[in-house]
Amino acid sequence: MEKDLNVDLGEMLKKHNVMQDELLRPIQEKVLVEKYNTMKDDMLRPIQKIGIAGKIWIAFLVIMFLAGVTAFIFQEVKSKYETISLNNYTMWGVYISNFVFFVALSLVGALMSAVLKLTNFGWYRPLSRIAEVIAVGAIMFAGVGIIVAMGHPERLYYLLLYGRLQSPIIWDIIVIITYFVACSLFLLIPLIPGVTLCRDHLQNIPKWQMWIYKTFSFNWKGTPEQWKIVKRCLTILAILIIPLGISIHTVTAWLFASTLRAEWDSTNFGAYFIAGAFLLGVGAVIVGTFIFRKFYHFEKYLTDEYFDKMGKMLVFLAAVYFYFNINEYLVPAFKMDTRHTPYILDEFLGKDAILFWLVALFGIFVPGILPLFKSMRKPFPLFAIASLLVIAAWFKRYIIVIPGLSHPYLPIQDVPKGWLHYSPSTVEIIVVLGIFSAFLLFVTLFSKLFPIISIWEVAEGEGVPLEKINELSNKPNKTI
Amino acid sequence: MEEEKNNRRNFLKFGFLAAGFTAAGVGLSKISSSEEDSGEKVKVLTADGKLAEVDKSKVKTAESSTSESIKIREGVPGKKFVMVVDLARCKDARKCVEGCQKMHNFLPPIEWLKCKEMKDSEKTGKYWFPQMCYQCDNPPCVKVCPVGATFKRGDGIVGIDNERCIGCKFCMAACPYSSRNFNYGRPEQIAYSKKHPMRSCHLIDPNMVGTVSKCDFCPDFGAQGKLPSCVSSCPNGVLYYGDENEDVVSNGESVVRLSELLVDRAAYRQFETLGTQPRVYYLPPDNRIFPFKEDPVEHNQTESGK
Repeated sequence: MEKDLNVDLGEMLKKHNVMQDELLRPIQEKVLVEKYNTMKDDMLRPIQKIGIAGKIWIAFLVIMFLAGVTAFIFQEVKSKYETISLNNYTMWGVYISNFVFFVALSLVGALMSAVLKLTNFGWYRPLSRIAEVIAVGAIMFAGVGIIVAMGHPERLYYLLLYGRLQSPIIWDIIVIITYFVACSLFLLIPLIPGVTLCRDHLQNIPKWQMWIYKTFSFNWKGTPEQWKIVKRCLTILAILIIPLGISIHTVTAWLFASTLRAEWDSTNFGAYFIAGAFLLGVGAVIVGTFIFRKFYHFEKYLTDEYFDKMGKMLVFLAAVYFYFNINEYLVPAFKMDTRHTPYILDEFLGKDAILFWLVALFGIFVPGILPLFKSMRKPFPLFAIASLLVIAAWFKRYIIVIPGLSHPYLPIQDVPKGWLHYSPSTVEIIVVLGIFSAFLLFVTLFSKLFPIISIWEVAEGEGVPLEKINELSNKPNKTI
Repeated sequence: MEEEKNNRRNFLKFGFLAAGFTAAGVGLSKISSSEEDSGEKVKVLTADGKLAEVDKSKVKTAESSTSESIKIREGVPGKKFVMVVDLARCKDARKCVEGCQKMHNFLPPIEWLKCKEMKDSEKTGKYWFPQMCYQCDNPPCVKVCPVGATFKRGDGIVGIDNERCIGCKFCMAACPYSSRNFNYGRPEQIAYSKKHPMRSCHLIDPNMVGTVSKCDFCPDFGAQGKLPSCVSSCPNGVLYYGDENEDVVSNGESVVRLSELLVDRAAYRQFETLGTQPRVYYLPPDNRIFPFKEDPVEHNQTESGK
């Protein structure tokens, strides 16, 4: 008798659950559709409107960029001798250290998009496009940044015509171009559904902007087969981008490690540079995420939880970078052989010490220790920590390049006083700021033309089925 | 959809076929193109040493990017230049430095040949150290040049093609001896160069702005059996210059057997352990002919400021 009762109860529960699901499904779908539509409107709003702050920012960046171009033209016309502080001993200056910084920054594409995506850390979803735009922008302006350092920029095509595969510079060019293509694809392919949304839903936009959306939507229809192709492309690219990203920064590290100079003569360099690049990348994404969240009102999507997670990532990556720095500096410091002693003493105690320890403080210790406290992983404190990290990271590359040149094996004697200690000239600083402005302009303009958060990826994460997105996309929403 | 796929497939097939035919066509046309006899005859030496006359069109001449670049990439045939520096004789007269600057028409503070004060360790003595590009046999600068603007020649010299150099300065970063100089475009130098243009015997043009320059061992002098200006300017016979193939070096006063000099005087090369295989040997400052005297002047301080 009891057995029968149990079986009946079980059956009844099952039937009840099935009925519940069937009755609730349309309600659930309606909720998801509402959620998706709200999200779509929120993401498209910054493209639709631009506030006074945005206009001032873009105008400022354009002015800084033009100043940089003017400074570069001045440098070429007036002669490098009179405009920049390079000499025969410090022949690489801020242009080169800036180049290394931008290459390091471009690794964020490999890290945030590819690694997180492949390891199924779902919280990458709203951040992946921010990371990818930073990566593509950084690699483009790394290329620009190196051209301004050449003695004969008009002979750039010699690298193609007479390039020698033996040279680390040629390796760098090959990997940079390959990585740029891969990252651009990684940015543009998942953008297609977003562009289609822009085309269908934005109102009162200029003709040229509509033309961009029409062209770059590539007639996207959102059929299940198309979604399958997009996802397969992204998986393949994500797998390819990781070794490419590692190659790009290892080869850039080898521009230094392939020479015989004491500060660069280290087997540690490839891995050391990559560890630093990952740390810098997360810092940059935190800065970008905070700014977009604040100025585009994305508090609902870029929640505190993301900052919490990125703060924890920062601690981990800072610890890894600290490990590499110990290997890089304390091991030679223990031995104090005469090749390493000059620059180690200068960096720990001498004329480079203030810069060195400030970089260590804000580049390793602060991002490694402060985010251990939950209050420090809130958006604004973390943004402050990350901003200082990015600045410290730029100076870290300066510390790697310039002291490496100012401690040659043979003593520097009988030279003009200006040759003994390099400090960047005004022209060099303005050109570097111009390059930064161009990069920020690229990121800003991208976010003003295209959704800076990948709407379909976030929707997919929330549970909206992709076929439904197709249906919803075809109904223009006039509520913006 | 199926139709689309087939269309795509057909397009690709057609594209590959078209590319294949084009490549084959170009290849065939190159093989089968024969120029007509020009009627002009030239004399050539056959493989068995006989003189023969053939039509000029049958003789292929090597292509050159610029006529100058081909010449500088060939070494002086049969020579392998080498230098020896006798540190026991140097008293920082700096006539070598000035001689080189005058010879190649560049102004201080650019120095292809430097004279440095060295002190190897706390208790050992100071000595004067003339240092120039060592024309290394395993040159780190040649390894890293991305466009082949610097190259190792058969006569041992590491040359620079200023017309190929893009000014990336990687070679300068790679040189552990800081031998290379960059022309940043100093106005005084540009004006001076206009008045004193580069001579045809120069291997490297130091006056091309935006390129790298360095000591080139004056191969034209060596080819003619003469001595470079640094060697002949030195009043104390510090610098020896010669040919490793002939096993002979000279400092202008005496001519000595290179191999005996290197063994008898316990010669060494600077930073031997770096593996660059320099072609300049140093004779230790032992049994000096002058005691060491400090140089009170810090040279090259009067350069116009930036």
